[in-house]
Amino acid sequence: MSQTFDDISRQLGRRHRRSARLKWISMSALGLAGLFLLWFFSDMLGKGLPAFQQAYIKTTIQYSQQASQDGRKAIDQALVPLVSRTEVRGIPRLLRNQPARVGTQEFRWLLTKSEVDQYLKGHRHTLNAQEQADIQRRVDSGQIALRFNAAFFTQGDSRIAESAGLLSAVVGTVMTMIVTLSIAFPIGVMTAIYLEEFAPDNWFTQIIEININNLAAIPSILFGLLGLAIFINFFGVPRSSPLAGGMTLALMTLPIIIISTRTALRSVPDSIRHAAFGVGCSQWQVVRDHVLPLAMPGIMTGSIIGLAQAMGETAPLIIVGMVAFIPDVGASFTNAATVMPAQIFTWAGEPEKAFVEKTAGAILVLLAVLISLNAFAVVLRKKFERRW
Amino acid sequence: MQSQSGFLIFCAALVLLGLLAFFAGRYKAVRVRRAGASMYAQPDQYAWFAVLSTAGPAIFVGALGAFFLLLLDVSVPTFYWLAVSLAVAGAGLALGIAQVRPAFHARKAIERVIRGILALAALISIAATFGILFSIISEALRFFQLHSLWAFLTGTTWSPGASFLASAGRGDGGGAEFGSVPLFAGTFMITLIAMLVAVPIGLLSAIYMSEYAPGRVRTFAKPMLEVLAGIPTVVYGFFAAITVAPVIVAMAGWVGLDASYNNAVAPGVVMGIMIIPFISSLSDDVINAVPDSMRQGALALGMTRGETIRDVVVPAALPGIISASLLGMSRALGETMIVVMAAGMRPNLTANPFEDMTTVTVRIVAALTGDQAFASAETLSAFALGLVLFVVTLSLNLVSVLMIRRFREKYRVNNL
Repeated sequence: MSQTFDDISRQLGRRHRRSARLKWISMSALGLAGLFLLWFFSDMLGKGLPAFQQAYIKTTIQYSQQASQDGRKAIDQALVPLVSRTEVRGIPRLLRNQPARVGTQEFRWLLTKSEVDQYLKGHRHTLNAQEQADIQRRVDSGQIALRFNAAFFTQGDSRIAESAGLLSAVVGTVMTMIVTLSIAFPIGVMTAIYLEEFAPDNWFTQIIEININNLAAIPSILFGLLGLAIFINFFGVPRSSPLAGGMTLALMTLPIIIISTRTALRSVPDSIRHAAFGVGCSQWQVVRDHVLPLAMPGIMTGSIIGLAQAMGETAPLIIVGMVAFIPDVGASFTNAATVMPAQIFTWAGEPEKAFVEKTAGAILVLLAVLISLNAFAVVLRKKFERRW
Repeated sequence: MQSQSGFLIFCAALVLLGLLAFFAGRYKAVRVRRAGASMYAQPDQYAWFAVLSTAGPAIFVGALGAFFLLLLDVSVPTFYWLAVSLAVAGAGLALGIAQVRPAFHARKAIERVIRGILALAALISIAATFGILFSIISEALRFFQLHSLWAFLTGTTWSPGASFLASAGRGDGGGAEFGSVPLFAGTFMITLIAMLVAVPIGLLSAIYMSEYAPGRVRTFAKPMLEVLAGIPTVVYGFFAAITVAPVIVAMAGWVGLDASYNNAVAPGVVMGIMIIPFISSLSDDVINAVPDSMRQGALALGMTRGETIRDVVVPAALPGIISASLLGMSRALGETMIVVMAAGMRPNLTANPFEDMTTVTVRIVAALTGDQAFASAETLSAFALGLVLFVVTLSLNLVSVLMIRRFREKYRVNNL
């Protein structure tokens, strides 16, 4: 033992410093994850928030006889290069539907071309100096302005950037989720009740259990292959339809609902069951009248979380063809439709620069929906959670 | 359209018959009871039994008819199909009403039926797994009839282009090569990058949260990590392609490397960040499950806190940590949207992560989104790739489950 006290205390100091270092390193790992989240959200907000505004131009529209043939005749010729093609195309259609309007005039805001919009937002554009000066003059006089982009929420998809909207994707998402939930929720809850309350503990039950855990870990794209091979090619469900997509997603959501329902059922204390059996209930009566109502908040929470997950899923839907271009908003279970994540995917693939902003805007909408769903689930759990 | 209206008529008739069964059954039960007989069950239970015996067999027959109609192309005329199932419903109704007698255990009968229905629901999840297996294997077998399994597993060239011409009636499909090695190389490269990001950050975060963090930080940090898990993958893919990839290219440029915009690093890093919460939350649970007596013993021997964690807690929790990492890895292998949007399309056998390379899932999507005949070799190759993906992820999951079970048995933890 030739170590002096100095040696030992130096060694101790080293050990404690190393111990402290681990703490700082592990803390910075968590910090790194937080920083990433911050980077992600600020980037998405920066890219996506401008999508909620769009450049509009205020002008007089002359609904003349000529305009019912050629929409460009209805507006000031100097403005034709600035106004969006969708607005110009819409005028003859409007006059065909409402012939009484011919001969009248209207003063309102029209969508501009996306070049003007990108210029106003300071993004990259292809306007020359003369056009820029012209637009700047109109902006200063208040004729062109950035206004809330209502078209983004009230219109379907479009190849023309300025009039591309989310509505058809939102409707498609709602339809798909209706299919998904109406299949996955009853089957999932019934499976969980069977496994938790009725099933004997034998090899059959164990196979089902292992199988459910496996199902939860299978890559989502394989569910798409199943949907394509079985639902579409074998059963003849229409391709790209909310029915096909919803059924595929239902199989993915099933394990989530089963697992959370089982947890909820297990958290109901046995004393409730004993008491109910004691007054002469049959097993199904115990489950229906006593266990299930108490487990309902947990089941709902799990289902909402499963729903949120299904809502953000893209890969299996691409495989079953739900990336269709859907300009018209229509609610049908068997017609081609698209969903929000698939819409994001299509827009992300558009070469036009203005679509980057649209994509990020759609992402913000999707994230807002998902976060509020999850927050709702958490609130539900907090409010109804019972400690036994 | 005819079968659709037939379906509507069937539903309406069934609802009417069900209502009839309910009220007739209850009426008869009430009368029998009023006559003085003591019965085994309540009138409502007899009524429900009547409803079940009316609807159950009829729905079964109806579904059987629809099954034959859809699958075997037996053209059962809608009228006969409807008539037979309604006749069955009528017979069930008669039986249900006839069973309303004092000696019949209506409640037990209902119980048995409900139990059967619940077991049937549980079988559907098994059907889903077998559906996946069946669909993938049968299509993959068709693919292996066209191209050899050996060439598929060991070939280094993936060029399905010529099979497209063959399916269009031009060329004979010769020249199409389906060697999957470059795809798996790309997949494993991106997975490796993802794991290099996710395992250290996830594990260290878990250590911090379970061993150091005060409660306030924990309540804040856990939901934060869960948000990472809740972001849809298509959003991560957009972020990787639009924001991260240019940053990686610029950073590679500083050190004098030439990076492609479809490099493997950007999707790898973003995928790693997506996986962090999977690894951290399971590791956190496992570390928390390590018995406190082990920590106390180590501290009592004079170990510092860091040494306790490094030499006692982490080794004890290792099976759980490995299992978490394997789960994360199987996620990374099967992840689709991030690589579809941020990685390349070109099969490229290279060890340089800054080059563009493609993955298994990218090729599956590419093969199935084109406008090709379903029977073309390229479309079928997607199922062959899916089969390999299924086998690999399934075995990873099984190993992971076994490891966590060993940990659970060793420390007698029940809530993992």
